[in-house]
Amino acid sequence: MHRGRAMTFSQTHLLGIENLHPVEITTLLDRANAYAEAERGSREHGQPLKGLTQINMFFEASTRTQASFEIAGKRLGADVMNMAMAASSLKKGETLIDTALTLNAMHPDLLVVRHPHSGAVKLLADKVNCAVLNAGDGKHEHPTQALLDALTIRRAKGRLHRLVIAICGDIAHSRVARSNIHLLGKMENRVRLIGPPTLIPAGAADWGVEVYGDMAEGLKDADVVMMLRLQKERMDGAFIPSEREYFHRFGLNAEKLSFAKPDAIVMHPGPMNRGVEIDGNIADDINRSVIQEQVEMGVAVRMAAMALLAENLRARRAA
Amino acid sequence: MTNALLRNARLIDPEAGTETLGWLRIEGGQIAEIGAGPRAGGIDCQGAYLAPGIIDIGVKVGEPGERHKESFRTAGRAAAAGGVTTMVTRPDTATPIDTPEVLEFVTRRAQEDAAVKVRPMAALTKAREGREMTEIGFLIDAGAVAFTDGDAVTTDPKVLSRCMTYARSLGALIVGHPQDPGLSLGGAVTSGKFASLRGLPAVSPMAERMGLERDLALVEMTGVRYHADQITTATALPALSRAKAAGLDVTAGISIHHLTLNAFDVGDYRTFFKVKPPLRDEDDRVAMVSAVRDGLIDIICSMHTPQDEESKRLPFEAAASGAVGLETLLPAALRLYHAGALSLPELFRALALNPARRFGLAGGRLQPGTPADLVMFDPDIPYVLDRFALQSKSKNTPFDGQRMQGRVLRTWVDGAVVFDRQNGAQA
Repeated sequence: MHRGRAMTFSQTHLLGIENLHPVEITTLLDRANAYAEAERGSREHGQPLKGLTQINMFFEASTRTQASFEIAGKRLGADVMNMAMAASSLKKGETLIDTALTLNAMHPDLLVVRHPHSGAVKLLADKVNCAVLNAGDGKHEHPTQALLDALTIRRAKGRLHRLVIAICGDIAHSRVARSNIHLLGKMENRVRLIGPPTLIPAGAADWGVEVYGDMAEGLKDADVVMMLRLQKERMDGAFIPSEREYFHRFGLNAEKLSFAKPDAIVMHPGPMNRGVEIDGNIADDINRSVIQEQVEMGVAVRMAAMALLAENLRARRAA
Repeated sequence: MTNALLRNARLIDPEAGTETLGWLRIEGGQIAEIGAGPRAGGIDCQGAYLAPGIIDIGVKVGEPGERHKESFRTAGRAAAAGGVTTMVTRPDTATPIDTPEVLEFVTRRAQEDAAVKVRPMAALTKAREGREMTEIGFLIDAGAVAFTDGDAVTTDPKVLSRCMTYARSLGALIVGHPQDPGLSLGGAVTSGKFASLRGLPAVSPMAERMGLERDLALVEMTGVRYHADQITTATALPALSRAKAAGLDVTAGISIHHLTLNAFDVGDYRTFFKVKPPLRDEDDRVAMVSAVRDGLIDIICSMHTPQDEESKRLPFEAAASGAVGLETLLPAALRLYHAGALSLPELFRALALNPARRFGLAGGRLQPGTPADLVMFDPDIPYVLDRFALQSKSKNTPFDGQRMQGRVLRTWVDGAVVFDRQNGAQA
């Protein structure tokens, strides 16, 4: 039985989408969907994380993602502990690896890590013997966000392939965009990136995506419009002339949305800057916006990711 | 023993561009006589290659200030084991080498402990801050062979132009680090598909050309002797070529890492591949190899930069830059030989002859009357490199675990053996 599982989801950690096989993605989404349905119907879903310790280590401030991981862990029976690392040992000069080794000595089972440096979560994962989940590393990856986006799309569109998906805005500073590009590409969708050239990363045209500098062109016939937050905190200089010019050219409003398919859905990973990248009326339009559903699916996807990793962890320990 | 006869050796003469089976006689620490063909007596080199010792410019030793990373003793051992007979050292130490007093300390420490020759460079501006020039005259008297602020690029062209004007009056050589300081700020890798996917802060290769163009304009204005420490991108080559054609006194170098590795080697955030400037695309690497062959790039060096484990065991952005290279310079350079890109005389032109010429040093040639600084090596011995087997105190080499081909067998400085692989002897 464990062998069957290992074939459909064989990861030790969830560090990014880049190393996942499409079958693993589907396995995870199926499991997450079952959790989402169970939650909605107040049905039992068991407690596969009972007896396991989950530590959330956030080296970068977060409210939403941390809460989502915490709720996901608790619903599945894990003992969850939050560590606000930004205020902790790093200030005392401890290196990331020492922090990892210290925590490892406490024998956690699941480690959820967010860090401001790209690659830092992998560095940490190499030093511990529990399952590590990347909750966002620098500008690199944010795998659970891409998975929850995928589940939201699949539920709204009935499929996760052969869709035209436009990712708009601040691609350069976005780990969400990178994980989504990997995932949507692996599932054989057409991915478009739309944004001002200062916010499109160098070499993006070689990623197997189409790059547009104009919303009207880029949104034409799109099935999904994914808006990104303008990450002012990650910018080290002028990338756009002003927020009002940005909103005028790249902010999503009813007029720009009309270029997409009539049934196109609107997504946003949050937190939103209303009036900067998205018009408040669009964000609140229950016929188009699936932003609240994304948050709901976030919990389900994190439950599924931790449950699958825990199964593999138990199988490894039993072996 | 500073008298010896070495026979049955393949002599590499970078000046003549030849490889000849013959013999070489050392007398009083100097090359006394060279001849082709067989000869009786002395030491049988069994057909191994014998070349002028490598003159490695831009070596960082951790003295003063960071002896835990590299001392003159360990750097000297690494140099000897790598066939490097002269280290031209960098002033970007923890305590910058910017006064004659510090320079004298360095010279004394080198004489006490280093197995090979050491010729120090001094800082161009005080504390390498780009504001006031150092005592260039006193520093020359104390033995400085060149002036550089290393990677602390002087941002103010007015300061740099004055330094150049003053240096010119004394005939001093300035070594620049051609990077536009603004554009390259914070960059850990070269911009492009790879850097963007990895989410790392990146610098456009154009920063190098901009830095070089600015420096060359000031060289034209002041007439100073100028060496660009590392030219690593194809986009910078036309400017270099034009400056040379216009008769400016300009030369350029490159590190061995930029000739043998590329940006993709960084892979999953491997910090031993974090160097300054960052590793480039394969197209650039290939263009640089051609530029070395054509003589447009004059000098290959190791850019030896020792870093301890702690400064490399960090997320890529936060990790220190630099790689050790004294001991791996020749084996890595031999990759270019084995790939058919460069002949051995071409390699030693860039490793020994050109640095000697540019820095006014006596070695670098197989010429009677010059110091018997020599390296004997077998270019074919294969092995897997183990970083913990290196002589350097710091083990941060990007070649760890890689297959190498070619090893130094013996190294002489002024006719004395300072390294002998067979007997394990180390002076």
